[in-house]
Amino acid sequence: MSELMAQLGEWRDALIARREAVTRRVPWWPRGLALTLIAFGIVLPFFFTQSSGFMGATIVALAYVVMALGLNVVVGFAGLLDLGYVAFYALGAYCMGWFGSDFFFNSRIHVVVSPLTSHVIGIHFNFILILVCAVVITALAGMIIGLPTLRLRSDYIAIVTLAFGEIIGVLAVNGQSIHIGTGEALTNGNNGISALDLPYFPGIGSFNLLQLRPWYWLIFAIMLVVLFVNLRLRDSRLGRAWVALREDEVAAVSMGIPLVRTKLMAYAIGATFGGMSGAFLGAFNTTVNADQFKFSFSIFVLAMIIVGGLGSIWGAVLGALLLSYINYYIIPDVLNTLPKDFGLNFSLTQLSFGIFGFLLVLVMILRPQGLFPERRRRLELTAAIAAEDAQLVEVAE
Amino acid sequence: MPQPVARVLAALRRYVGRWGLYLALIALPAYYGIHDLTHGYQAGFVAGHAVVRKDLTQLGFNMFEGLSNGAIWALIAMGYTLVYGIIELINFAHGDVFMIGSFTAAGLWGTLGLGLATGPVGLVAGLLLTLFVCMAVCGSLNVLIERVGYRPLRNAPKLAPLITAVGFSFILQNVGLLWLGGSPQGVNDLIRENNTVLHISGVVIHRADVLALGVMIPLVMALTWFIGNTRPGRAMRATAQDPEAARLMGINVNNTISLTFLLGGMLAGAAGLVYALYETTVWYFQGFEAGLIAFTAAVMGGIGNVRGAVLGGLIIGCIQELTDSRLGPQWTEAVVFAYLILVMVLRPRGLLGEETREAG
Repeated sequence: MSELMAQLGEWRDALIARREAVTRRVPWWPRGLALTLIAFGIVLPFFFTQSSGFMGATIVALAYVVMALGLNVVVGFAGLLDLGYVAFYALGAYCMGWFGSDFFFNSRIHVVVSPLTSHVIGIHFNFILILVCAVVITALAGMIIGLPTLRLRSDYIAIVTLAFGEIIGVLAVNGQSIHIGTGEALTNGNNGISALDLPYFPGIGSFNLLQLRPWYWLIFAIMLVVLFVNLRLRDSRLGRAWVALREDEVAAVSMGIPLVRTKLMAYAIGATFGGMSGAFLGAFNTTVNADQFKFSFSIFVLAMIIVGGLGSIWGAVLGALLLSYINYYIIPDVLNTLPKDFGLNFSLTQLSFGIFGFLLVLVMILRPQGLFPERRRRLELTAAIAAEDAQLVEVAE
Repeated sequence: MPQPVARVLAALRRYVGRWGLYLALIALPAYYGIHDLTHGYQAGFVAGHAVVRKDLTQLGFNMFEGLSNGAIWALIAMGYTLVYGIIELINFAHGDVFMIGSFTAAGLWGTLGLGLATGPVGLVAGLLLTLFVCMAVCGSLNVLIERVGYRPLRNAPKLAPLITAVGFSFILQNVGLLWLGGSPQGVNDLIRENNTVLHISGVVIHRADVLALGVMIPLVMALTWFIGNTRPGRAMRATAQDPEAARLMGINVNNTISLTFLLGGMLAGAAGLVYALYETTVWYFQGFEAGLIAFTAAVMGGIGNVRGAVLGGLIIGCIQELTDSRLGPQWTEAVVFAYLILVMVLRPRGLLGEETREAG
């Protein structure tokens, strides 16, 4: 007994010492800044009217932040270029469509839904449950797409993921002609599954589209959770394994990192965030339409994390906010008539993906580390230059 | 895992890889051939009744159409394979360079006044002129992209030029979008592509098929001759094998890479012209689809391998034509990409074996 007490005491002392060491090492201001930002984020909607365009753009922007954080795990941490991220957006959105509307008209399943929808045909799950479904399905899909790419080199991975994304896109468009069960199609193609359930929470009630503040707080909460998970993942054993694989696969494997499991985890976790965001966006758009799931979407999200800085969490957040405000607020609402003012016969929204392509090229050539680079990557880039300089000096001497 | 077990597994993997791919390739035509023979197909109407025939004529027709269609993919695939062989980059913008080639051709016909009323001499002269202009435009566009986008990133991590290529692809697509608008545009059916040239035991051969194969075969022969027998061609092969050693031997590596992009772009330009005549519509998005199909072809044949690209292009053309006519064109993309994933799983080095530095 006394042995046990002694052991417990030892552990307690170790814990206290560790906490002291941590608090001594970490300065107070990042935590203060984070708290201020979170508080600012919570009160932000009170500065705008309930249904302002800016509020809508902000909600979509936060959903893209979640998406970018997910892609950042795959591309930024693990270094696996994924050009088919739209697949997970599609699957997440279809989870919302399948499990939160009257689309499967032969079934009548209701789990914690608002009184209004509790007698409607179709499958109706609570929004949280739909999020869970989206997480499970996209994680599985992520592993399935991960499997054939395990042995491939980096650029082949890009093309296989692209192919996977396109296949999902084609299935979404042609899903009307794929029948499951009696008379129920897989998707509603380009007509879209519409009249989706609005998120409902017992005690709070149903959301509606005229009052955007609850939507904002919901996606803000999801974003905070994902952000926290991402920050912890980065510093975890798994996160370090990803970075090691990214930097040198052979060395990492010979150090005992399980290649298959680590890579599949990257795909699965990255896909999960995309699915959550997709389910939310499906609910917010109140329709799941096959023409939303285009290759250009994958590039849009990729551009976010590249502009922000590959592998950098804060870069992904800021890049996502920047590009989605550009796409959903500045281009359509502020600058759209600019070419007309110069006497040119097109609107800027037509060009938005050309603009993102241009941004990609520009960032890659002028500032390949992105606007807010990860510390480790910045060190790499400068260290490589230093080494080259040293070589040059040697040659000159 | 014990040594012998691992060796057996590796051997099994190789075996399944090669034969699995062959099996997957044969599956489609075999299935539809048996289907035609047993169930028959509708060959037309006589006096209001559907005529059902049970033979392989329709399959043969599909396959021949596939070959001529594949000739276009082969021309584009060679550009992918040449560039990948020399700098190990998937040039995503290549498909869109091909699209610009089609647009150039369509625009030039308007300027030259080539129409349905043009006589045969004027038509041949006009088309030859357009061919040269398209090849020149696409070749220089490709060289320009390499100079601006890829050369500064020669020593950067591998992802950097790939992302730049995706960026260029989007820029070119938007150029096309502004040029001819967002919907497919019809162009004059200058060669009356559906006119029959000859019948071979029931299989009808159209003018478009003759044109596609007639442009592809000489260009492939010229390219293989160029790479195999000329000084710049030898420089290309040397650079593909080992750029550092090639540089030490006095080869100007940058110029050689530019030359590779020039050749790839020229082939894409020729493909663009043939596509415009063959399909008689052009669209800003055609380059994206064609690029992915052609890349699949290049990988299927073995990336870096010019003969492989031609073979892959022809095979993919047949697969595409079969799905187009049997399953419906809306499924083609998915089937082609499923084949891409199959190749990647079963035999990433392709049918004829890749010729890259990593493969040795």
